[in-house]
Amino acid sequence: MKRIKSIKKLETILKENLEGKVSKAVYEKLREKLIKMYKEHGLYEEELQAIIDETIRRYDISQVEPGEPVGTVAAQSLGEPSTQMTLRTFHYAGVREFNITLGLPRLIEIVDARKKPSTAIMEIYLDDEHKYSEEKAKEIARKIETTTIENIAKEIIVNPFEGAIIVLDPEMLMDKGVTPETVIKVLEKLKLGKVYQDEEDPNTIRIDLKPEKADYTKIERIRVKISKAKVKGIKGINKVIIQKRGDEYILVAEGSNLAEVMKIPGVDYRRVYTNNIAEIEEVLGIEAARSAIIREVINVLEDQGLDVDVRHVMLLADMMTWTGKVKQVGRMGIAGEKTGVLARAAFEMTVQKLAEAAVSGEEDPLVGVTENVIVGQPVPVGTGIVEIYMTPYKPYGRGEEE
Amino acid sequence: MPITTKISSIKFGILSPDEIRKMSVTTIMTSEVYDNDGAPIDGGVMDRRLGPIEPREICPVCGNTRDSCPGHFGRIELARPVIHVSFVKHIHMYLKTTCRACGRIKISETERQKYLELLKNLEELGIRYLEKRLFEYIRRKAAAAQKCPHCGAKQYKIRLEKPHTFYEDRGEEGQTKLSPIEIRARLEKIPDDDVRLLGGDPVDARPEWMVLTVLPVPPRAVRPSILLETGIRSEDDLTHKLVDIIRINNRLREHIETGAPNAIIEEEWELLQYHVTTYFDNEVPGISPAKHRSGKILKGIAQRLKGKEGRFRGNLSGKRVDFSARTVISPDPNLSINEVGVPIDIAKILTVPERVTPWNIDELRRYVLNGPEKWPGANYVIKPDGRKINLKYVDRKALAESLAPGFIVERHLKDGDIVLFNRQPSLHRISIMAHVARILPYKTFRLNLLVCPPYNADFDGDEMNLHVPQSEEARAEARLLMLVEKHILTPRYGGPIIGGLQDYISGAFLLTNKSTLLTREDVIDLLGVANYRGRLPEPAILKPGPYWTGKQLISLFIPKDFNYKRPAKIASASALRCIDEDCPHDSLVIIKRGEFLIGVLDKASIGREEPESFIHWLVKEYGEDMARLFMDYVYRMFLRYSEKHGFTMGYTNLLLPPEAKEHIRRIIEEKKKEVYELIDKYRRGELEPRPGRTLEETLEDEIIDLLSKKLLDDVADAITPYFTLTNPVIIMARTGARGNPVNLTQMAALLGQQTIRGRRIVRGYFNRTLPHFKPGDLGPEARGFVAHGFVDGLNPIEMFFHAAAGREGLTDTAVRTSQSGYMQRRLINALQDLRVEYDGTVRLPTGEIVQFRYGEDGVDPMKSDHGESVKIERVIEKIIGWRI
Repeated sequence: MKRIKSIKKLETILKENLEGKVSKAVYEKLREKLIKMYKEHGLYEEELQAIIDETIRRYDISQVEPGEPVGTVAAQSLGEPSTQMTLRTFHYAGVREFNITLGLPRLIEIVDARKKPSTAIMEIYLDDEHKYSEEKAKEIARKIETTTIENIAKEIIVNPFEGAIIVLDPEMLMDKGVTPETVIKVLEKLKLGKVYQDEEDPNTIRIDLKPEKADYTKIERIRVKISKAKVKGIKGINKVIIQKRGDEYILVAEGSNLAEVMKIPGVDYRRVYTNNIAEIEEVLGIEAARSAIIREVINVLEDQGLDVDVRHVMLLADMMTWTGKVKQVGRMGIAGEKTGVLARAAFEMTVQKLAEAAVSGEEDPLVGVTENVIVGQPVPVGTGIVEIYMTPYKPYGRGEEE
Repeated sequence: MPITTKISSIKFGILSPDEIRKMSVTTIMTSEVYDNDGAPIDGGVMDRRLGPIEPREICPVCGNTRDSCPGHFGRIELARPVIHVSFVKHIHMYLKTTCRACGRIKISETERQKYLELLKNLEELGIRYLEKRLFEYIRRKAAAAQKCPHCGAKQYKIRLEKPHTFYEDRGEEGQTKLSPIEIRARLEKIPDDDVRLLGGDPVDARPEWMVLTVLPVPPRAVRPSILLETGIRSEDDLTHKLVDIIRINNRLREHIETGAPNAIIEEEWELLQYHVTTYFDNEVPGISPAKHRSGKILKGIAQRLKGKEGRFRGNLSGKRVDFSARTVISPDPNLSINEVGVPIDIAKILTVPERVTPWNIDELRRYVLNGPEKWPGANYVIKPDGRKINLKYVDRKALAESLAPGFIVERHLKDGDIVLFNRQPSLHRISIMAHVARILPYKTFRLNLLVCPPYNADFDGDEMNLHVPQSEEARAEARLLMLVEKHILTPRYGGPIIGGLQDYISGAFLLTNKSTLLTREDVIDLLGVANYRGRLPEPAILKPGPYWTGKQLISLFIPKDFNYKRPAKIASASALRCIDEDCPHDSLVIIKRGEFLIGVLDKASIGREEPESFIHWLVKEYGEDMARLFMDYVYRMFLRYSEKHGFTMGYTNLLLPPEAKEHIRRIIEEKKKEVYELIDKYRRGELEPRPGRTLEETLEDEIIDLLSKKLLDDVADAITPYFTLTNPVIIMARTGARGNPVNLTQMAALLGQQTIRGRRIVRGYFNRTLPHFKPGDLGPEARGFVAHGFVDGLNPIEMFFHAAAGREGLTDTAVRTSQSGYMQRRLINALQDLRVEYDGTVRLPTGEIVQFRYGEDGVDPMKSDHGESVKIERVIEKIIGWRI
């Protein structure tokens, strides 16, 4: 046994015997660990060689083989554990106010490429100026959160005689940072009639309804219109909560509007996150959408405590996005746009698909799995892609007996 | 069977009238089917020329018998054309986009040329989805034109009234119905190039062919009649439908020829259309489905194709097969994990074709002599000329004599044959694995318990299927790729899915426990079941007599260069954690140079679904056959020791001393008091609502917080001191064999708050759950709090709440299975065509690249170290772990 005398020696042996034979990541990690080992326990040349050999052996066997039906394996690896998932919704990262859909329903939602998740949530990170102060975080929260008249009014009275009377809650005005003047401006936009402040109480706003509006049948509709009128905030964001994460404050919002939130000054637009994949696709592009799909699926799986390799999720995400558009897993997306007529017909809407193929005189090239199963041929994956041409030397049997 | 010809593609299209006439062997003219003697009438729908359906009947057209004649089509010449329902949408499209007068596409000539050019380019490039978009665009554009750009004729809106009537909205003139004759005439006028521009195929799918003038009559074999026990012939639904069509068609023709009033002709035409429509599809929305005399809805052609049991999914994508068996499964720990026990009765029915060679002729002669009744025998012999001889009815002695190379004997299944074994639902590939058959007495399939997890099988009445591969190629693939040992590691996460479970784990723990000392007899017995051949190791203890430890026995089977260090499962309880070698709990497993030094074996080292464990590294480093042997033999030793030691759990293992019960009671009372305080606070209106929640919701949230998690945790802490690792319940829970601490609390102490959809139980009577409570009672008992455990027993009210909450779980599972099943079907469908190419890319079969390198690093998860290509830490541990 020969002791390795220096780190330099260790590195040269490593370089000579391992570099190029395994991936860079593996090489770097091994080098790092070995140096640590060397410092703590020393190392012999024979040992190092054994470690290198074992690393190469393991690396080589870890590589995929051509023909491997990775798609089917991915689908099974995602589908099988999904039978063990629960249907419940959970509280979002300890925030009791927000329920978030996870588990199977969420997974189906992602795979369906729905335009809107059933529970949209945004994580809004703030820039250096705002992230350390709760006050400043709150300032931005106010800008983002949708505030309607309803939120800041103590009372909304509408009747044909007095018109509309809106009594504002001074505490809420303070909290949301709204003045009666802004409210008046908002109400004027509704075009219901003349809007003015009460002389005695500045927090009471009156609207003299136009005569044609002062009709019993319309009263309730007007009341709703007033109470839902947006005073400030971003459309789609209903509630914002400030959370401390590590040493910084972040905002968690119920609802989502990525494009608008990113524009708000003080928001760290590089780290804003939403669970609305369609929005990410629209604002940040297809690569971001792919990452979002991966992240969301992993999130669901981890939450359920299911161990699934990322590669399966990546393949799913790539399959959903490789055309440059997020496509649904199903008849309106990937399955509907397959090359094979028979594969499409065997999936869903058999008769319609066959009729369409007939009218356009389509030709099925029989390259997929389903098509070949249907016609009784080997499938073009796995051992099905390998062909051996061989002429046996001589058929055995007759003549070979004595 | 070698593949000699390969179908390279299948072209779809619409049959032209000419083609229908050409392929038909006769016109079907009469609605009569059989004459008085029951013989089929020529020119009827069961005309003999449509192909033989009786055994030994000779086909008058091709001279073949039933087995070799494919059947022949006939035809019905329709008196008036009718529309094919499946194509109405497409007919509508053609009518909208082309001129009513000149039949040309309603876009200008220059544009037309431009698009034709574009289309040609796209076809050359083979970008199919762009073609589709182009067609869509052209169609929309053409449909919008009000005037024909070619002949200048004014265009009208064409309205489709479902299912198959077209109206033309001629402005002031009002709406006019378009007859199929007119429609056909218009479609005929469309030039070939225009058809192409609209996404059609003028060669194989001329638009006018969508309006039928001749109807093909499918061969008799497609619609066989069945003879009922009463001797009455029962015809297929399609035959009934065809008779209806012929009857009305004849009547219509007669009326046309005799010049009947237009209204009658119109009416009968409409009726003909109805029958033809329901013949194709009897579920068209908007028309009443055609019914049998009994009221049963007839099956149209569309119904035969579609859905789960339809032709495509039921007969083409999946088929019923021969050489298969199904029966109940039961466990047998003495089988190898690669084996399956097959009942002898089944082995006598399932056969393997074996070709006679000079080397096996004696053996096969013996099988032939034994015949079908005696195992191991044979059921059939296939002579070189292809004749199949049933050994049941033949002089077997003579046949065995005449057996010669070139014969094929279909012999019984015997030990060592490779078979496929499957349990539904087949959610992943390890739901079907290859096993080596072992013919055993009795009537159930037997399997090693360790292969239960991949199949998700248990023995409460589960049944499994078995298939016998019939070709050498299939057997080779089964043995090399599908054998159980090749699937110890799962591709889902790169760890062992097969591994110790339940008794194996508690047995391993007991055996390797520090306090376990084994006498010479014990050791010989244990090593005997493990098939150990060799010397006994030096006993660990010499005085008062020779004693061995369990760890010593395990060491005998561990490779001599194996190093391993990992905390045992029992170390997950902080009280039993070990930081280093010097520790009384023995919960750190250390193996150095194949010598099992300290620690106990439990789920963390030998368990299933435990990546980076002892068994995982054994598979990865010494190969699957080594791991298989380990599981076959050493794991059997764990069970043997469990039997020797005795392992049982009962009521008394869960009893708590009075002071502990008192303690639990105090904790419960305390929490209840807090709940009542909260309720009071709420009643007094002093409760602060949480942001975004109502007062009631806030109250409920806080009560649930109090009663569910916090309470159970407190109780669990209170009772743990009374349960030690000598208690079998604890052994099971701590080693990961079965159960968990929550189960323990629920048995020994209390079940806690029962919930439905995450809320306390509220439903039942008005304002209360049961009539035993006052309306509006918000107290714990009235809302499903169960203060007793299973040991004490629940009171009737608690039992009711527990059942109510338990029901939620059941409905949940029922809903979930259908949802996840459909999701998986879609996932499979979307991803199944992807494969890794020789260049390392992941591609669709058409060549499009989906990933440039699989998983970004080209690592197969199954062959990875729990997701990493190389787990560096393990490599170092493996080599130098013995000295650190």
